[in-house]
Order: sequence, then C-alpha cells, then structure tokens
Amino acid sequence: MEVLVVFLPLLAFLVAGSIALFGGPKAEPAAAGHGSHGHGHDDHGHAQIAHAHDDHAHHISHDELNHAHDDAHDDHHVVAGPPTVGDRVAQFVTAGSVIVSAILSWTLFFDVAVHGHPRTIELMTWIQSGTLDVKWALRVDQLTAVMLIVVNTVSACVHVYSIGYMAEDPQKPRFMGYLSLFTFAMLMLVTADNLVQLFFGWEGVGLASYLLINFWYEKPSANAAAMKAFLVNRVGDFGFALGIFAIFVLTGSVQFDTIFAKAPTLTGQTLHFLSWDFNGLTIACLLLFMGAMGKSAQLGLHTWLPDAMEGPTPVSALIHAATMVTAGVFMVCRLSPVFEYAPTALEVVTVVGGLTAFVAATIGFTQFDIKRVIAYSTMSQLGYMFFAAGVSAYGAAMFHLFTHAFFKALLFLGAGSVIHALHHEQDMRKMGGVWRKIPFTYAVMWIGNLALAGLPFFAGYYSKDMILEAAFASGSGVGRFAFALGIAAALLTAFYSWRLLFMTFHGTPRMDKEVYDHAHESPVVMLVPLAVLTLGALFAGVGFHEYFIGHDRAEFWGKAIMTLHGHDAIEAAHHHTPGWVAIAPLVVGLIGIAMAYIGYVMMPRLPGRIASTFSGIHKFLYNKWYFDELYDALFTRPAKALGYGLWKSGDGAVIDGVGPDGIAAATRDIAARTSRLQSGYVYHYAFAMVIGVVLFVAWLSVFG
Amino acid sequence: MASWPILSFATFLPLVGVALILLFCRGNTPDVLRNVRYISLWTTLVTFVLTLLVWANFDPRNPGYQMVEKAGWIPEFGINYHMGVDGISVLFVVLAGFLMPLCILASWESVQVRLKEYMIAFLALETLMIGMFCALDFVLFYMFFEGVLIPMFLIIGIWGGPRRVYAAFKFFLYTLLGSVLMLLAILAMYYVAGTTDIPTITATQFPRNMQLWLWLAFFASFAVKVPMWPVHTWLPDAHVEAPTAGSVILAGVLLKMGGYGFLRFNIPILPEATEYFAPLIYTLSVVAVIYTSLVALAQEDMKKLIAYSSVAHMGFVTIGMFALNQQGIEGSVFQMLSHGVVSGALFLCVGVVYDRLHTREIARYGGLVKNMPKYAVVFLFMTMASVGLPGTAGFVGEFLVLMGVFRDNTWVAALAATGMVLGAAYALWLYRRVVYGKLTKPDVKAMFDMTPREIAVFVPLIAVVLWMGIYPSSFLNVTSASVEQLIQTYQTKLAASHAASGVSVAAR
Repeated sequence: MEVLVVFLPLLAFLVAGSIALFGGPKAEPAAAGHGSHGHGHDDHGHAQIAHAHDDHAHHISHDELNHAHDDAHDDHHVVAGPPTVGDRVAQFVTAGSVIVSAILSWTLFFDVAVHGHPRTIELMTWIQSGTLDVKWALRVDQLTAVMLIVVNTVSACVHVYSIGYMAEDPQKPRFMGYLSLFTFAMLMLVTADNLVQLFFGWEGVGLASYLLINFWYEKPSANAAAMKAFLVNRVGDFGFALGIFAIFVLTGSVQFDTIFAKAPTLTGQTLHFLSWDFNGLTIACLLLFMGAMGKSAQLGLHTWLPDAMEGPTPVSALIHAATMVTAGVFMVCRLSPVFEYAPTALEVVTVVGGLTAFVAATIGFTQFDIKRVIAYSTMSQLGYMFFAAGVSAYGAAMFHLFTHAFFKALLFLGAGSVIHALHHEQDMRKMGGVWRKIPFTYAVMWIGNLALAGLPFFAGYYSKDMILEAAFASGSGVGRFAFALGIAAALLTAFYSWRLLFMTFHGTPRMDKEVYDHAHESPVVMLVPLAVLTLGALFAGVGFHEYFIGHDRAEFWGKAIMTLHGHDAIEAAHHHTPGWVAIAPLVVGLIGIAMAYIGYVMMPRLPGRIASTFSGIHKFLYNKWYFDELYDALFTRPAKALGYGLWKSGDGAVIDGVGPDGIAAATRDIAARTSRLQSGYVYHYAFAMVIGVVLFVAWLSVFG
Repeated sequence: MASWPILSFATFLPLVGVALILLFCRGNTPDVLRNVRYISLWTTLVTFVLTLLVWANFDPRNPGYQMVEKAGWIPEFGINYHMGVDGISVLFVVLAGFLMPLCILASWESVQVRLKEYMIAFLALETLMIGMFCALDFVLFYMFFEGVLIPMFLIIGIWGGPRRVYAAFKFFLYTLLGSVLMLLAILAMYYVAGTTDIPTITATQFPRNMQLWLWLAFFASFAVKVPMWPVHTWLPDAHVEAPTAGSVILAGVLLKMGGYGFLRFNIPILPEATEYFAPLIYTLSVVAVIYTSLVALAQEDMKKLIAYSSVAHMGFVTIGMFALNQQGIEGSVFQMLSHGVVSGALFLCVGVVYDRLHTREIARYGGLVKNMPKYAVVFLFMTMASVGLPGTAGFVGEFLVLMGVFRDNTWVAALAATGMVLGAAYALWLYRRVVYGKLTKPDVKAMFDMTPREIAVFVPLIAVVLWMGIYPSSFLNVTSASVEQLIQTYQTKLAASHAASGVSVAAR
C-alpha cells in the first residue's frame, strides 16, 4: 500500500508526460493563434496572462488589437479548443491516481498514527561506497503519516481544481503531469528513511517547482522567477549537503534510526569545520537548517517565494503554500532526536522563525497583488512553525503545518477563483464589490481568513495559540522574543487578511464595468475542492488537537518525535500559561480586524494618507525591505562581472597571453630575428667570424 | 574468465573496420558513403558488445587485473605487450565502447566532406582509447596515450569550425608538452625498476626526492588532459571548433585519460609525492570549480559554456581522488563516468540545434520549447543531470566526492560545494536563454523537432543516466574492490616510507 501511495503519482506523471509529448496535434491551431498575438499587458505585473488568455486581456483594456476570436466568442470564456481525448485522459489519470493515493493515505494514517503501527519498507540499495550505505526505502511513521494526508489531500484537491482552472490552457497534460511529478517527489521526501533520500525528494520538489513556476514559459518574469527559486534553494541545499556530510562524519551513517541512536552519545563532541572546532551536533544541525531555510523561505533565503507566484494559482496553493514550503519544518521535526541535543541550533531556529514571522507580516500588509499578500502570509506562518520547533514544541509545529495546509490552500484556491472570475486580474486595487457575484468564493475566503487569523474554533486557533503559548512557556529568552514577534505578527496577520477581504469583495468595484458584469462564480469542478478544503479549515483544528498537541500526543507521535525531559514546551504551555498569554492572540487578532475595517470600509482614504505620512517606512516595507536589491548588488551582478572579467583577462590575457599565444608569438618573433641574420652579405658573415675569434681568444687568455 | 584475448579483440576490432573501409569503399558515390557509414556503425556496435562482454566477464570481487594478456614484444628491454583491466579501468572501456556508436550516428548527416577519412579517424581513435585503458606496459600505454592525439588533431583540424587550425594546434601543443615530460619520467622509472611493466613498477618503492620529480612530470601530462586550471584554455577552443562527435569523444573519454592517469600512476606509484602535492591539487581544483563556473556564466557560445562546465566538473574529479578515501575515489571514478555520458549528451544537444541553424551563439536561439518540445525535454533532462539532481548520474559522483573530501578537508568540501550553486546558475541560464522565452525569430521558428535518428541517439543516454542515478550499485560494485586495494597500496607504501625515514632519523 505504501508503495502504491508513493508511486501512483509517478505513474500518472509518466502517462501525462507521454501524452503531452507524443499526444499528437491537440488544440494547436487555436493555441498558435493566441500565441502569435503580442502581450501588451504584462507591464502591470498581471502575472496570469498566458497566451491562451490574451483574448481576455485585450478585452479588459479595450485594446484595439481585437481579432477574429473576440467576435466569434461572445462569452468571456474563450476556450482554446475543446479538451481533446488526450487532455481528458491526462486529467483523469493524474487526478484519479492522486485521489486514490489520498484515500490510501488516510487509511494509512489511521493505521500508523492513530493505532500506532509505524513501519519501514526497504526497496533497494541506492548508493553504497565504503561504510556509506544508502537505501531506497519508504518509512511510514506517525510524522510521515501526517505528511502523507496533508500532501495527498491537498494535492488531490488541487488536481481536481486545476481541471477547471486550466480549462482554457492548451497544455493541460503537461500541467497535470508536473503536478503529479511534484506529488511524487514530495512523497519521496516525506517517506525518506535517510538524509540522502530526503535530499532526493528535496531537490525533486525543487525541480517540479521550477517547472511549474515556469509553466507559462513565454513570460520573461516567469523564467526569471523559476530560475531564482531553483538557485536560492540551491544555496540552502549547499548547507543541507554539508550537513549530511557532517552527520555522516559524526555518526558514520545517514540512516535516521542509526543517527538517532548515536545522537545522545555525541553531545560535547567537536567537529573541525573550516578552520574552527564547533560543537559537532550544533554545526551539523545549523547546516541542515540552512537547507530548511531555503525550502521554507525563511528570512534571508525567502526572496524566491513571492516571485514564485508567477506560476499558475493551483501551483501556488499546492507547492508554495501547503506542502513543499513546509518541508523545512518537517525536516526539523523529523530530526528532533538530533536537534534536541543541539540547543544552540534550536535557539537559532527560534530566532530565525520569529523574525521571519514578523518581517513577512510587515511586508504582507503593504502589497497589492492578492497572491503576494497570501505568499507573505505563508512565509509568516512558516516562521511560526519554525519557532515552535525551536522551542521543542514539535507537535505544535506539525499541527500548524497540518491546519495551515488546509486553510492556506483554501485561501490560494479561493484567490484563484477570484482571479478566474475577474479575467485574471490580480491587483486588489482593481477589485472590490464582487461578493454578490461570487458568493461561494466569498464565503470560503472568510472561513480561510478566520482560520488564518486564529479565531476560536477555526483550525488556526488551536495550532497558532498553542505555538504562541509554548513559545512563552518555554521560558527561554529566545522563546519570549519569538512570542513577542509572534503576537505582533498575529496583529498584522488579522489586519492584512481582512484588508484583503475588504479590498477584494467590498466597497465600490474598481475594475472596468465589463469585467464586473462578466464576473462569474467558478465551475463546480473548482468549487468542490474548495468545499473539501473548507471542511479542513473548519474541523482540522477541533478534530485533531487532542492527538497532535493534547494529552494523547505522546501516544500519537510515538517515537517519531523526541523531546528531552524538561524541554517539553507543550507540557509547559498546558500547565503554566498566564491567562493573558492565552487570550492575547485572540485580542490582537480582533484589533487587527477592526483596524482593517476602519481603514478599508469606514474610511477608505485613511490608508493612503498614512502611507504618505510615513512614506519612508511604507516604501521600505512595500519594497520588501530591499532584500532583492541587496542580493542583486551583492551576488548576482558581481558574479556576472567576475565571470566576464576572469574570462577576458584571466583566461584571455594572462593564461593564453603568457602561455600558448605568448610562446607562439615569441617563437615567431625569434624566428623572424634569426632569419634576418642570414642576410647573404659576405661581410656580415666575416664580421661575425671576427667577433667569434676575438671572443674565443679572450676566453682562452682569461681562463686558459 | 574468457580463454580468448577479449581485450585485444575489443581494442583492435575498430581497425578491422578501417581495413574494410579502405579495401571496399572506393569512390564518392552515395552508395559508397552509405556503406562507409554502415560499416562504421556496425564496427562500433560490435566493439560495444565486446566491451560489454569484458564487463560481464569481470569479477568485481577480484581487485587485481583481469583478462590479462601478456606476450613478449621487445624482450631485450623487458617490454611486453601486456593488457588487462581492473575495477578502475574496466568501466572506461565500456564508456568508450558505448559512446562511439552514438558518435557515428550523430555524424550521420552532419559530416559531408571527406566522410571516409572522418570515419577512419574515429575508428582509429576508438582503438587507441580502449587500448590506453587496457595497457599494462608503460611503452604500450604511452603509445596509445600519445596516439590518441593524432586522430583528434585531425578531427578538429579538418572537420572543425572556422578557427579549427588554431584550436587544433593549441590542443596538440598543450598536450604534447605535458607528454614529453611524462616520457622522461617513464624513462627514469625504467632505469630504476629495469622494466616498463606497470604492475611491477607499482610495486617498486622510489626514493622520495625522485618521487617528487616523477610526480610533477606525470602531473604535467595529466593536468593538461583533465584539464586542470590553469592549463585548461585549450579545451574551450578545441570544443568550440571540433565537430559535434569530436566534442563528445573529447569530453566523454579523452578528458578521463588524465584522471585515469592520476589514479593509475601518481597515487599508487608515488604515494609520498601524492601526499606532498595533494594540497596543490586541492587548490587548483577548487579554483577550477569556482573560476570556470563563473566564466561559464559569462559565455555567449553554447559549446564554450559546456566546455567550461566540463572543467568545473573535472575539478570535482581531481578533488575526489586526492581525498584518498573510499567515497572520494569511488566518487571521482563515478563522476568521470557520469560526466562522460552527461557532457557527451549535452554536446549532442548542442549538435541538434547547430545542425539546424548553424550557429552556437546563445542569443540567436530562444523559445525552442514551443516548436521542439521533445528536444526541450531531453535538454532539460541532461541539464539537470549536469546540475547533479538526485536520481541522475551527476548526483552520485558529486555527492560521493564531496562526502569523501569533507572527511579529509572541510574547507575544500565547502568551497567545492559552491559549485552546486554556480553549476545550477550557468546551466539554467543557458537553458533559459535557448529553450524558454517567446519564439519570435523566424529562422528559429522554422526549426523542426528531433528526428527518429536523433531520438535513437538520446534514448540510450537517458536510460544510462537514470540507471546510474537510481541504481549506481551496478557501477560502484565494479570499482569498489580495486579502489579499496588502491587505497591500501597507497597507505602501506606511505607507512613503510614513513617508518623508514623514522628509523633513519632515529639512527642519526
């Protein structure tokens, strides 16, 4: 069954991929027709304008380039040719197999986690060299079981949703195939039994993310974003790889159980890294955490995530909100038996998580692109998960990962539904007042935001409150620090969430009348996944908190999560939390909502005025703390300049100039001079002879 | 074990093909040229089967030389015709056998002038390459090693691009200069050991001072071949000017001769010098990884970019072998094999578009994914393999090398690991400019997707890259025993000499 869960999506990818490659001519004429018209509209950052949607774009801006298609289709839904048999097969196979995977995952979850039967299935040898022995294996313990249902449930929803969302795209099989490829890589990641297979899944999801961000490959912005995502993640993976080596040097293995068994004996052992002696476990954990920072967009390595919104919205929901970006959190929890013995590393995790939660929230509330707002919100919530893990509240981190996956996927897919309704408009300044037009979407967005803001009885309430309480109750300085930042971020979270709701759905419509009139609720195939995720956003918290963070947690997690005695922040949170701490998140959440109501419903002019009053701060936040500019100046441009310089002056002038070309030139020069000696005049030769004789005689008289 | 001289068969069979072409293919009519192509293809295919038989006959548990053939050649000087393979060389023989038919296929239509001579040069090249990896006598080895230069020189100089003569001479002089020093070293060894038999010389202990000079002489030859920074500048020129198949063989097999030389001679024969000079190798290799990756980032010519990436990848190879532990050396052998397949495939990818547009300038392309989706998939796959994505061949070698060197020197490991990031940067940058973006240029629009013949070339390459990435044990098993023995030889000899010098110090 485990094998089926993991490899069905791979099979689906192969089928869909083959259809995409060899499926023969599809709706190509129509697509080519669209593709050949220029994109005049990318300048506003309307990231969603793919070639298939050009017709809308022209419509929106009353572009004069109207062409035959527009007349033919009175309906605003210009379909790039009806779905072909190949499209249908690809959709059916991919969505079907992921749904089967999802159902099997739930049965696995109940068997493994609820009834406590963890297991590992060894498939075959992978890399064996000397004492290094890496196996392909599927490890399904409680931690994995949780990830399996998260990944497969959300993935199944997104697969189904995509059938509707991508209906106008001529390349459906390719899209569905990539989604399945991603799912497979993610499943390999969560079922890894050793660090190297974890790395396999890690880079595999990176590849899928690269391909999906770049799905609309004609857009330069998508090309750039995809490359950026891959490269920034590689920077993290650089640390991850070194971390694996450090663990191998320390424990002699990369297999989890062996590492976990060795970890307690290694406290105090030093590792000579670079020129210094570090505490071995600390440096190993920090290096591994660098990988987590890249994949989970933590402060410093986060710049790729907002840009990744160039990909189609279902991708953002699946990869860049619910699953892939949580891999870092999963990694830290998976390695809890190691991190527990590296308290310094945990402190770093806490601080980075806290800072990320706060900084992302400050950026989030100044953005206007609906997807970017949610992206920064994701980054912020990942920060919460990390500082939970940092204070040893791994259960809380995983619980937030679990609930967040549902409500954040819901928010993204809901945003996708809005974007779909408004002809691929993403700028919230051009939305407003559409709640009557798309009531279902409106309702689920409310639920998603209530869960995100952590209002009582919604999913986020249970997980986020526990994280904040645990951070406070851990009693450490960094825990309090993260708590303070977390509370501040909670205020901002509520504010930007309702800002998003109000700007998108309320007030006067700010888009063209035609767009407003044509706004429409999404098809059923998109609404059903939204409904499923809504159930998650409503009940994931109340239904599972006893297992994840309640009194059954020790039994539920079994050996999958290890907390040292005295580190258990969840235990502390249950018993020693002052009343105000428990209530603070709710209070600041309500304040945030109220602020948003004042700013975006009662006095819509107010935000603009505040922004211009504090224009310096606003500009700083709006420009994302200038991280991109900084990195560009520090790394990107110097690397290119250096490369060019080394090529022209290093290889060209110095090595070739002194080496082969120089020697060749010198040889030619000497040859030319030598040949000039043979002048043919007798007196030249006679003169040379005389000089020779004189020198010979002189030498004889001195040394003879 | 085979009772027939299988290595000699594999080595000299291509010459039979040459003879057939010379004897039966006269004139220049299309029929004759077709025959030339088919004779070459079949010869290389049969040779490939023979190399596979060598692999099948190879016993991976035996670390020593196998399928050994020995016959007197110049007995007065103790020079023998001595052939044999061990776990380090056997897979290179297979690699050469594997790439050759693909090269013939890749040249099927792109070579139109002097086809007969072209094929003869390639077949002769195959004999020399396979012979070089099998030779167990220094004189024999040297003949094969140097002989390789001649057909390659001709291939670049005759069928190359506009600056082919410059590139050919640069290639020839660079490598010849190093080789001359190696010849001197071989002579010096002969005077000490009284034989040119490689296993015997490997067992000989050379004095420390002599080791240092011998090591440098070998280093001069092999460093140029690898190529290591700063003697790498012949490679980009040679690649750019060489015809596609020439580049494939150059990157796929010829570069490996340098790495193979280090493993076969420098490390086991000259352990003290190896220990002494390892920091030099580390330094040059790390510089190569970072420097050439940055330079690759700035390239405007597809082939030049891949050529520079080869230098960077070979930097990993030299780092790994001088880590002198199991993971490092096995990793570097594996990296050589995988680089042979992957970079060969990348040059073939360039060849596919070059055949259509006759330019290697990156800026002339763009948006190919639209009209050449199959090509885009193949190119992406090989790009990812070159980047070292886990699950492909590129990952295993890189990972083992880095792990091996991390155990020895973390600075080198950390600096070399930056190649993971830089390597991804230049590879994706190339891919983006060629394949992604909007398809606007009319001549690029007119390009057609891969033909069945081209697909037939790439399918085996993709299969091997996946095989090596998912189940590398097939390859690692073959090398492990010999690598273990190599490390043991190195360490016992080193310990012995340390003990000896310790004794002499004490005696004083």
